[in-house]
Amino acid sequence: MPTVTITVNGNTVSRAVEGRTLLVHFLREQLGLTGTHVGCDTSQCGACVVLVDGRSIKSCTMLAAQADGREVTTIEGLAAADGTLHPMQAAFRQHHGLQYGFCTPGMVMSAVELARTTPHLTEQAVRDGLEGNICRCTGYHNIVKAILAGAEAMQVEPVAQAAE
Amino acid sequence: MYDFDYLRPTTVADAVALLAQRSEAKFLAGGQTLLPTLKQRLAQPEAVIDLSRIAALQGIREDGDALVIGAMTLHADVAASALVLRVIPALAALAGEIGDRQVRNRGTLGGSISNNDPAADYPGAVLGLGATIETDRRSIAADDFFTGMFETALDPGEIVTSVRFPVPQRAAYRKFPNPASRYATAGVFVARTVDGVRVAVTGAGATVFRVPAIEDALAADFSPAALTGITVDDDGLNSDIHASAAYRAHLIMVLARRAVAAIS
Ligand SMILES: Cc1cc2nc3c(=O)[nH]c(=O)nc-3n(C[C@H](O)[C@H](O)[C@H](O)COP(=O)(O)OP(=O)(O)OC[C@H]3O[C@@H](n4cnc5c(N)ncnc54)[C@H](O)[C@@H]3O)c2cc1C
Ligand code: FES
Repeated sequence: MPTVTITVNGNTVSRAVEGRTLLVHFLREQLGLTGTHVGCDTSQCGACVVLVDGRSIKSCTMLAAQADGREVTTIEGLAAADGTLHPMQAAFRQHHGLQYGFCTPGMVMSAVELARTTPHLTEQAVRDGLEGNICRCTGYHNIVKAILAGAEAMQVEPVAQAAE
Repeated sequence: MYDFDYLRPTTVADAVALLAQRSEAKFLAGGQTLLPTLKQRLAQPEAVIDLSRIAALQGIREDGDALVIGAMTLHADVAASALVLRVIPALAALAGEIGDRQVRNRGTLGGSISNNDPAADYPGAVLGLGATIETDRRSIAADDFFTGMFETALDPGEIVTSVRFPVPQRAAYRKFPNPASRYATAGVFVARTVDGVRVAVTGAGATVFRVPAIEDALAADFSPAALTGITVDDDGLNSDIHASAAYRAHLIMVLARRAVAAIS
């Protein structure tokens, strides 16, 4: 079995994995980070989105072995050590960007990447950027509102981002 | 998913050698097709050979009058490349419309064309621009590369290393995306080059194909009006829950006119 060394939310961990172990199973089952969800398991829904070297990816469609040597950020890695929510998390709460919340971790991770990489986010850019994230409650309206607000807050609160 | 040995060579030669040693092994690019296939147990390779740490398969560069893109280049990186945007903007736009952000952050040019999904976007650009596919052992013209549904001219164990796109005078791609997956229900790539006009259609047939009737009409008069009266025979086009063959034949002409309008 290959051994992988991955930096997850700032902590470097080494574990033996099977070749077939998916990154999402590595995170949930080996590290106990159950904030990353499996919705469809067919690369469509985005509930499993995490950041690898800062880029959003579907962790149900990446092997743990492919993440060897990389930096992974999951939803658990966003809040500051004292529990202060990341501006994007705070915006989701404030704007009620969730209904039953299963898609939320993936939505927030996609949103963080979108906000960091797209200057001057527009509503259309958010909607296009969420192509890979499905909310089966269809609560997109508030999710889009939350992301626009979260992106703005991220511009003015760089300290919270550094906490990741 | 059945288990397999995971191997990660750092040179093309090692990757080819590792594959040759195994009775059944698969190259892994971004895994955006291969991993879903393995999850469904549609294949049971004994080994999976990850190409992602082979430096020679990476990168985008200009070489004379061509743009050379490494097989492992991500869709997101082609879409955002200042060089691609300057030299062949239609190619950057095409890459930026593939699937979703997360797929574009993992999916690769080499994986897309090796897989040759009938609804994939890149084959449209590769054939439409008359590109050349470079492998570990030879160069293959796009006209000879896409041989059938999920089939290419690649030999077993042959690795695509890069694709050489000749720079056109102008080019445009228009697709009618499946609203769920973004794969092309039909997509038309039109290129004006010094050697003439090339038109490639993806999504509509078993594999990407050229349409000589449209090319000839545009060679005589490069304008949407030149396409009036031209029709594509729907015989042999795909018919599925998303669209009938007749509808796809209609879409091809609509998309061709839109692509031409964008660059005439
Ligand atoms: C939800 C979703 C939506 C998508 N939407 C679109 C879309 O709108 N348009 C579109 O065009 N595509 C779409 N795709 C496909 C995507 O573009 C991927 O590029 C494509 O699936 C290939 O994936 P990959 O590059 O990760 O290759 P892999 O999945 O790793 O490999 C695919 C196949 O190619 C072989 N291979 C890979 N690299 C090489 C190489 N260098 N030489 C020889 N053989 C090789 C592998 O052995 C395997 O058989 C979508 C995929 C998903 C999951
Ligand atoms: S669980 Fe990964 S995309 Fe749905």
